[in-house]
Amino acid sequence: MMNLKLKALTKSLWVFHAACSPCNNCDIEILDVLTPRHDVERFGIILVGSIRHADVLLVTGVPNYKTKERLKRIYSQAPQPCLVVAVGNCACGRIMFKDSYNSPCAVDEVVPVSAYIPGCPPKPEAIIAGVVKLITKVRGKK
Amino acid sequence: MILLFNYLIFPGFLFSAFIGLMAAWVDRKITARIQWRVGPPWYQNFIDLIKLLGKETIVPQGSKITFLLAPFLGLLSLILVATILGVTIRSPLESFMGDLIVILYLLIIPAISIIIGASSSRNPLASIGASREIKLVLAYELPFILSVVTVIIKSAGTIQIGSIINHQINFGANIASWSGVIAFIVAILCMQAKLGFVPFDAAEAEQEIMAGTLIEYSGLPLAVFKLTKAILLYTMPLLLIGLFWAKDLSPFVLMGKYIALLVIIILMKNTNPRLRIDQVVRFFWGPVTLLGIIAVGLALLGK
Repeated sequence: MMNLKLKALTKSLWVFHAACSPCNNCDIEILDVLTPRHDVERFGIILVGSIRHADVLLVTGVPNYKTKERLKRIYSQAPQPCLVVAVGNCACGRIMFKDSYNSPCAVDEVVPVSAYIPGCPPKPEAIIAGVVKLITKVRGKK
Repeated sequence: MILLFNYLIFPGFLFSAFIGLMAAWVDRKITARIQWRVGPPWYQNFIDLIKLLGKETIVPQGSKITFLLAPFLGLLSLILVATILGVTIRSPLESFMGDLIVILYLLIIPAISIIIGASSSRNPLASIGASREIKLVLAYELPFILSVVTVIIKSAGTIQIGSIINHQINFGANIASWSGVIAFIVAILCMQAKLGFVPFDAAEAEQEIMAGTLIEYSGLPLAVFKLTKAILLYTMPLLLIGLFWAKDLSPFVLMGKYIALLVIIILMKNTNPRLRIDQVVRFFWGPVTLLGIIAVGLALLGK
């Protein structure tokens, strides 16, 4: 039973995109993943409008004082099981904004991150590879 | 016992859910092909439902019981419609007097259940969606009933789907006349609005008000709403075939007619932009109602 649930989860990941003040390059690459060339709807991955429908919370950018609170709240509103994916170098580990005056913490200090996809911005292929690794991780755990 | 079997298995729940989910897959696949993508595999909608059943159900503050029961209200009444239609099409003599009226009422209940559920969630975006859904229902009900009235006039004033079908088998399909064609066009437009597909999907505009009426739903109730949508995709074309196009109802011909209507729906969905809600109301109460009145007039003249 648990296995079926998990399998269904990995075969239909609905993604909610939370932009924590990114520079928009990662967001463009994420949209590229949905275009005809890469088409992730083949694997059941679609973007949804509401966090209540989502299985994956996609975070881009470095959280600042305002988006940090929003990110925390969005994660608490998501129905479990909800996976978090950090896309881009900023979300993975703040890079050059590490000592910035308006950057209190990294994404993984606010919400538990399941997969990191580095790159500035990551290629669509890299994003798909990250999702594949996430799926194998989720399936392998249980 | 036979009633229960009808309701739960053959023309009812299981059968209509299966056909509806497959039709929803055809919709997704053709949409993907039109956009030059590959599209999901055929079992995608079933997997989505299973996944939603395994998710946590979050109940927002507000009226909890109404919030959780509203989806089931819509699903149960829609299954009843699917059962009545299925039994009638299988053997037209088994239908009862006035079932057309019953079906017209039952078909509004899914929309009402969406409105109730959305307004009991206390979410501002959901309430915007609910108000749009109310306006949508008000907009499309008038022309839809006009087109049904046309059918009633054409079939010698009977309000029983079985005898409407029998009348068509004996005297030719309703669509093979001027009033029938016009009423059929009106009914197709109303069907698109009832299904909540693209030109008329302002109530759950995903990019604009974040899934609108469904915004607070998660897990099982969301799955029930998706299932209701899928069964509606099975029921509405079937109703139109029964009312307008029932000259020959052997299984393969029926399937062909159903697929033809489905393709019309999907093409309309993929080639139109979303209308604002005031444009929708103006569209349905203006040109479409006028067409409906013309159809009724032509039917009264016997054309």
